[in-house]
Amino acid sequence: MSYVECLVCKECGQTYEAKALHVCEFCFGPLEVRYNYDAIAANISRESIANGPLSIWRYRDLLPVEGDQYVSLGAGFTPLVRAERLGNALGLSDLWIKNDTLNPTGSFKDRVVSVALSRARELGLKVAACASTGNLANSVAAHAAWANMESYVFVPANLERAKITTTAVYGGNLVAIDGNYDDVNRLCAEIASEEPDWAFVNVNVRTYYGEGSKTLAFEVAEQLGWQAPDHVVVPVASGSQLTKIHKGFGELYRVGLLDKEPKVRISGAQAAGCSPVATAFASGVDVIRPVKPDTIAKSLAIGNPADGYYALDIVRRTGGSFGSVTDEEVLDGIRLLAQTEGIFAETAGGVTIATLARLAREGVIGKDEKTVAYVTGNGLKTVEAMSGAGPTITIDPSLDSFFHFLNAQRSAK
Amino acid sequence: MSVTVRVPTQLRSLTDGVSEVSVEGSTVGEVLTALGKSYPGFAERLFDDGGNLRRFVNVFLADEDVRFLEGVDTPVSAGQVVSIVPAVAGGAS
Repeated sequence: MSYVECLVCKECGQTYEAKALHVCEFCFGPLEVRYNYDAIAANISRESIANGPLSIWRYRDLLPVEGDQYVSLGAGFTPLVRAERLGNALGLSDLWIKNDTLNPTGSFKDRVVSVALSRARELGLKVAACASTGNLANSVAAHAAWANMESYVFVPANLERAKITTTAVYGGNLVAIDGNYDDVNRLCAEIASEEPDWAFVNVNVRTYYGEGSKTLAFEVAEQLGWQAPDHVVVPVASGSQLTKIHKGFGELYRVGLLDKEPKVRISGAQAAGCSPVATAFASGVDVIRPVKPDTIAKSLAIGNPADGYYALDIVRRTGGSFGSVTDEEVLDGIRLLAQTEGIFAETAGGVTIATLARLAREGVIGKDEKTVAYVTGNGLKTVEAMSGAGPTITIDPSLDSFFHFLNAQRSAK
Repeated sequence: MSVTVRVPTQLRSLTDGVSEVSVEGSTVGEVLTALGKSYPGFAERLFDDGGNLRRFVNVFLADEDVRFLEGVDTPVSAGQVVSIVPAVAGGAS
C-alpha cells in the first residue's frame, strides 16, 4: 500500500493525481509528492525499519510506490564511516563520510532509479529513458536490463570513456548527442512530450525519482543511532539531491523516528566551472543565471539547475554555505580522501571534499560539529581525471634494483 | 515574419493538441505575445504578474536558451524554431 496522497505544485499549490507528471500544467512549477504523514507515523517504527531489507526499501513507507515489486539491484544502506584521518587533516573532530560509491553501479543514482522505475512499472510505462552525464546512464541501463525493460539513454558525446563503457555493457540504446548536458536535457524534455509511454526517469517520472534521494538522509540518521547530524555537505548539480536530503531529515521527525527536531545546516558544493547556485549565494541574489559548464566534474555540470532555487533557499534558511572550487582543488580533494580514508571518489566527490576543506578552513563548519560529507560516485568512473597518477618507480626484476630504491625511500624519511 | 513554435505537452490543451504552431513576430517576446493572441491562455501560463517569464519556463531559439542570447528581446528570423520547455529539475549525473 501507499501513503501517497497526491502530487502538489511547489510554486502554486495546485494538486494532481499521482501519475507520470513532473511539472504543474498551470505554472510549470515542479511537483512534489505529498504523503499522509499521520498514517505513516501510526505504522512506522525504528523496529519495523530494522526488520526491513538492507537497501533503500527498508524505508518504503516514505517512498512513493504502491506495491512491493521493486526494480532493485540492492541500492542503498551504504557505509557511513567515521573519518578520523580526514578530520585530523581538516581540523574537524566529528567528521563522517557517507560512502555512496558502494552502490550497485557505483553512484547514488541507483537510489533514485530504483524508485523511479519501480513507480514507472506501476504506472504501466514500458521504456526506461534518461538524459545523463554518466552516472544516471549507468544506473538506468543496469536497472532496465534487470527489469527486462527496453531502454534509451541520452548522453553528451564528450563524456568520460569509462562512463560510456559502463553504460553500453548493459545493452539497451545509448544515444550520444553532440552537445552539453543542458542540450541533452532540453532534447529529452521534448522527446518526453512525444513519447508519453516512456519513463524518462529525470523528466516525466522525476517527481518519484527525486524521492529516492531522501534515503541519503534516512540512512545517515539511522546509522548515527537515530539522530540527525549538525552539518552536511552535499554536491549540487540540479540541486535536487540537496533539497531531498533536507526533506528526508524533516520527514523522520514528522513521523516520530527522531526525538528532537533536526537542525541540520546544509551546505552545497559546486565546481567553479559550473557554479550558478554558489554564485547566486555568494552575491546574495535570488536569481540564478544559467552558465555554460566548463569543469572536469562532468557529473555536476548542469548549467541550468532547475532545483537551484530551492537548494539556494534551503542553504540560506539552515545556516549553511556554498563552496565553489577549482578543478585543481577537486583533484586535491580526490587525493586527500583516497590517502586518508581509502575511498576513491569520482570528480563530484572531489568537489564535495574540496568544499568541505574550504568551509572547515574558513570556520564555516565548526570544529566539533557532527558533519557528514556525501561522497556519491566511484572514482573508477572518472580515472581520466587522475591521469597524472602512476607508479612510484619502474625497476628491473632484481633485488638489487629494489633495495636501491627502498634504501633511497628510507633515507628520505 | 513567420516562425514555428514548439508547444510542450503541458500547454497543448491550448492548441487543440497541436505540437507546432506558426506565429508572426520579429523578437522572441513578440512571438510569445502573438502566440497568446492566437491561442488564449498562453500569456498567463508563460508570464508572471510582472510580465516576466515565469522562472520554470525555458524558451529556446534554434535550440539555444534565450537567456544566453538577448532574452525576450532576441531577434528572430523567418523559419526559425522557438521551443517552450518546462525546466527539468532532475539530476544530471
